[in-house]
Amino acid sequence: MTELRQRTVREDALPEDKELESEAKIDGETASDSESRAEPAPPPASIDDTPEVLNRALSNLSSRWKNWWVRGILTLAMIAFFFIIIYLGPMVLMMIVMCVQIKCFHEIITIGYNVYHSYDLPWFRTLSWYFLLCVNYFFYGETVTDYFFTLVQREEPLRILSKYHRFISFTLYLTGFCMFVLSLVKKHYRLQFYMFGWTHVTLLIVVTQSHLVIHNLFEGMIWFIVPISCVICNDIMAYMFGFFFGRTPLIKLSPKKTWEGFIGGFFATVVFGLLLSYVMSGYRCFVCPVEYNNDTNSFTVDCEPSDLFRLQEYNIPGLIQSVIGWKTVRMYPFQIHSIALSTFASLIGPFGGFFASGFKRAFKIKDFANTIPGHGGIMDRFDCQYLMATFVNVYIASFIRGPNPSKLIQQFLTLRPDQQLHIFNTLKSHLTDKGILMSTMEDE
Amino acid sequence: MTRELDMLELRHRGAGPGGAVTPPPREGEAAGGDHETESTSDKETDIDDRYGDLDSRGDSDVAEIPPSLDRTPEILKKALSGLSSRWKNWWIRGILTLTMISLFFLIIYMGSFMLMLLVLGIQVKCFHEIITIGYRVYHSYDLPWFRTLSWYFLLCVNYFFYGETVADYFATFVQREEQLQFLIRYHRFISFALYLAGFCMFVLSLVKKHYRLQFYMFAWTHVTLLIIVTQSHLVIQNLFEGMIWFLVPISSVICNDITAYLFGFFFGRTPLIKLSPKKTWEGFIGGFFSTVIFGFIAACLLSKYQYFVCPVEYRSDINSFVTECEPSELFQLQSYSLPPFLKAVLRRETVSLYPFQIHSIALSTFASLIGPFGGFFASGFKRAFKIKDFANTIPGHGGIVDRFDCQYLMATFVHVYITSFIRGPNPSRVLQQLLVLQPEQQLNIYKTLKTHLIEKGILQPTLKVS
Repeated sequence: MTELRQRTVREDALPEDKELESEAKIDGETASDSESRAEPAPPPASIDDTPEVLNRALSNLSSRWKNWWVRGILTLAMIAFFFIIIYLGPMVLMMIVMCVQIKCFHEIITIGYNVYHSYDLPWFRTLSWYFLLCVNYFFYGETVTDYFFTLVQREEPLRILSKYHRFISFTLYLTGFCMFVLSLVKKHYRLQFYMFGWTHVTLLIVVTQSHLVIHNLFEGMIWFIVPISCVICNDIMAYMFGFFFGRTPLIKLSPKKTWEGFIGGFFATVVFGLLLSYVMSGYRCFVCPVEYNNDTNSFTVDCEPSDLFRLQEYNIPGLIQSVIGWKTVRMYPFQIHSIALSTFASLIGPFGGFFASGFKRAFKIKDFANTIPGHGGIMDRFDCQYLMATFVNVYIASFIRGPNPSKLIQQFLTLRPDQQLHIFNTLKSHLTDKGILMSTMEDE
Repeated sequence: MTRELDMLELRHRGAGPGGAVTPPPREGEAAGGDHETESTSDKETDIDDRYGDLDSRGDSDVAEIPPSLDRTPEILKKALSGLSSRWKNWWIRGILTLTMISLFFLIIYMGSFMLMLLVLGIQVKCFHEIITIGYRVYHSYDLPWFRTLSWYFLLCVNYFFYGETVADYFATFVQREEQLQFLIRYHRFISFALYLAGFCMFVLSLVKKHYRLQFYMFAWTHVTLLIIVTQSHLVIQNLFEGMIWFLVPISSVICNDITAYLFGFFFGRTPLIKLSPKKTWEGFIGGFFSTVIFGFIAACLLSKYQYFVCPVEYRSDINSFVTECEPSELFQLQSYSLPPFLKAVLRRETVSLYPFQIHSIALSTFASLIGPFGGFFASGFKRAFKIKDFANTIPGHGGIVDRFDCQYLMATFVHVYITSFIRGPNPSRVLQQLLVLQPEQQLNIYKTLKTHLIEKGILQPTLKVS
């Protein structure tokens, strides 16, 4: 078995489509063989990207354990990298998110080119990247307008760009669209439309969700770190539980997943989420919304933590009381929310993984790319994260905070005077009804 | 001209034998027969492989999908049976054009609510047409669940968009009903949960031999939703801004279609683009100028009436839509001094125009210059998938998408134009969001607003009575 895998690794030095297909078949067999022994083995990469250092260090081990070690070391390296980035602050995090997004886009588009043999289509590479640029410009413009309002108002060119932002973005997109129409070549219509569709679906999935990740980040770094960590934890825990106890297969799409892994991963992730949010809620730098400080021209995370991040007493329900022997427990309310986040990460997150597996099987590819040795491409690592990012964003918008007050003020200031007066009076009567505003409090 | 004759013959001939073709499920066989060279070996290999070859082959190797039945009503056929086939087609097309225009006027008369329903109906039909083409291209009638899932996604996305619209425009109505309040507050979460259910159903429905097909149909559905549903909602947003913002753009596109066709018919000589051999530069430029003039005149006519000019509002007391207001400055006559050379030509110092007419020039220009790209996109799509028309809903014209292909870019442009140049954010939406905030935030905002209003002199400091 190991010899077969080593042979395929050496043979497939060139990433040809046909060879990928045959390799997929061979690995499909080895995967199913190893299933019967309930020992999920990691699939080898087609090009051996492992750095020479690692290769030499592990050269004496057998190839199966070598792969195990490569994968393990890379996992630790990625986690360490994650911690370093968190330490460096929100700006660096934003840049990393952007880079991950571009790399994912590149990987998926490259697969499209491979599937459709469309390297020589005129213009198409340029157009795909141009559309990526347009959509990013649109989203970053909206983010910058929302969060950097004061900075934008100061600088004249930025103010104009921000005021006519949608119009400019639309014009840029339209230019790309017209270029696409003008570039349609007689014998390649269908391919060109496929690539157009492929580009747009990829943009829809990858770019919109990376921007939701950035929105979550601005809400407070904890809203970025806890969900991502839960998904990573679920991946690792489900793998471990499956490795030690795995017996019943979960879904035909991914033969390596098991029910034991799924359920074990679920409980482990919920516990992990509770602990992690407990630890993180204590620190301001994680809990406060990221703000841009005009005076120091940098990001600051300094605020009075909201109710969500202040310890409160909760009464333990009767049955758990008898088990643990405590009457009440002090928790952060955020920990309750983290249970919801972890549950989503464990139960629905894997569907993102199944979707990516189905995609890989549909197009007969082993991994999205070979960026990370032992793991595959960036997309392979981030496939479960995307649904998570959208969920967190929707969760925050629905349950945690309302609309952004500064954005509302900004919108208010652009209305006509009679509209402003009307809104002001309505707000006034509403506040007075609720008793929030006392008519005696109106002193200037 | 002769090429056009041939085109007409071809179109008619295509409609004729098409009538004899049996309903779509059998077309799979008819088209499948064309891959005869591979069909024998295909039986054993994965169905996905066959479609893999289909993808990478050039266009010329792929069979044409014959159109479905000829739907011209019997009445028309009998009435025109005497004329030659070329004129017959001309007449059918002409009669249908007039029918569609009168239907349009009728619905405008009936009011904004009917217009909204019409837009929804058109959206659903366009979605249906494009998805049916997808089924025919990929022979995927028998894919488990897929029809259900496509319609389910359409429902989800519509629910999301209509929910956002209802919250904005029906604020007063919504405040009254308890259940609606709940639905509005958690609207995004509910929509997301619904969409997610569909997504999980898709993942669970993936069947071993059909992965690629299923992913294609998934992507096809999503791109169609992106194009059609989002833009039909932009049309409705434009409509709420004032019916004139709905009527003038759509009429400009229709006018451009018709006048470009007429100019091309009488003066057409230089072909415009290889994609659509019937279009000519003369038609394009002639259409541009006529559309600008038409838009100018239509804007002048419509700006007089409150019915067209006022934003559509929902009055809870009478439970219906009203369009009554004080027309904004955009729709009040103003005097513009003419630039010198026009002064000499027209021999007048100033001219009184509605400012909206200036905007209508921008709208008409877009309709004539960029709108046709939507048409070229649809032509390219039809050539790519070797279909003559999107469907046969309208005799002589093809499907609904054929009629509305230029409109989509227009709707987005008008929406972006309005938000950038005409109005700011929607006041009722701002109010809605204000009322949802936390009390301390509301108080802070109240104080800020008060300071601002007093500074601007809009609010008198002495008015302290609540």
